[in-house]
Amino acid sequence: MALTYDSLATTTLGSATASVTFSSISGSYTDLVLICNVGTTANGNDLFVRIGNGTVDSGSNYSATLLGGDGTSAASARQTNQSQQYLNYKTNTSSSISGNAIVHFNNYSNTTTNKTFLVRGNNANYGTDAFACLWRSTSAINIITITAGTSTFLSGSTFALYGIKAA
Amino acid sequence: MAITYVAIATTTVGAGGAASIDFTSIPATYTDLILKTSIRTNQSAPDDYFKITLNGSSSNFTTRVIDGNGSTAASYSYTTSPGSQIAGQANGNTSTASTFANSELYITNYAGSNNKSFSHDGVTENNATYALAELGAHLWSNVAAITSISIAPYYGTSFSQYSTATLYGIKNS
Repeated sequence: MALTYDSLATTTLGSATASVTFSSISGSYTDLVLICNVGTTANGNDLFVRIGNGTVDSGSNYSATLLGGDGTSAASARQTNQSQQYLNYKTNTSSSISGNAIVHFNNYSNTTTNKTFLVRGNNANYGTDAFACLWRSTSAINIITITAGTSTFLSGSTFALYGIKAA
Repeated sequence: MAITYVAIATTTVGAGGAASIDFTSIPATYTDLILKTSIRTNQSAPDDYFKITLNGSSSNFTTRVIDGNGSTAASYSYTTSPGSQIAGQANGNTSTASTFANSELYITNYAGSNNKSFSHDGVTENNATYALAELGAHLWSNVAAITSISIAPYYGTSFSQYSTATLYGIKNS
């Protein structure tokens, strides 16, 4: 029986770190799943992801439709021509490891279509979010970088990348 | 290569219903847990919720949700039990017959030494104008490894026959 869901890489931070990168991602899967369980050195920071082929793309090629709730109100918004993709909208990071983000990169390794990905961001201290995102590139994704903007991730934050194989 | 996504246990409610579904003695050998549910309760309404208990604890939960019911969207915050224990959707017994709500809970680093954060995505379905889709962020402020999970109806008193819950373990190495 073929294994469908493989662990590709995982990082557990041993010290406060500004960014985490998964590179040389194999193109032999169908979809990728990124799981982040994080805190940052200060409350209220954003989470970002950049993706690319060889190097992460910092051009204005990211867009998304956002849906989020902060416990008081529900809201939706659009982001276009972004240089990186937010992983939070009504959710922020906390100064303890108490939030997570789950990102599904669908059909990430094809070289004919722009890449779409789905985000679920969660921090019960702030809110919950769901995004549908677009990276305007037909390149296969083989590198992913996660940052906390101007902040740093706390020691003990974890990042795991999984590959899903269709056949 | 190691198997990454493993079914740990599954429960199907039998005739007569069940007051709760319990997963005990959860091994610490995985990284994350996923709980997938298909739930209906005896609550006399189109929908219900289920609440979660971890390691027998019903306290120190914080929850924020966003939901839509086919006409409006809203967001709610819960910091005290039992509201803060709401963790997924259930169809009630006035909803379309033989219809069960689906939810998925993703619990990150359940065996680690930090407080435990998890998310849920859930939907009820019903051949009527009202049904509910909900997303939730949850925090259990407890650093203990999760060794047991119990879910129970929020308003109702019993899960209906054929309700199911399956617990999966995700291993990152």
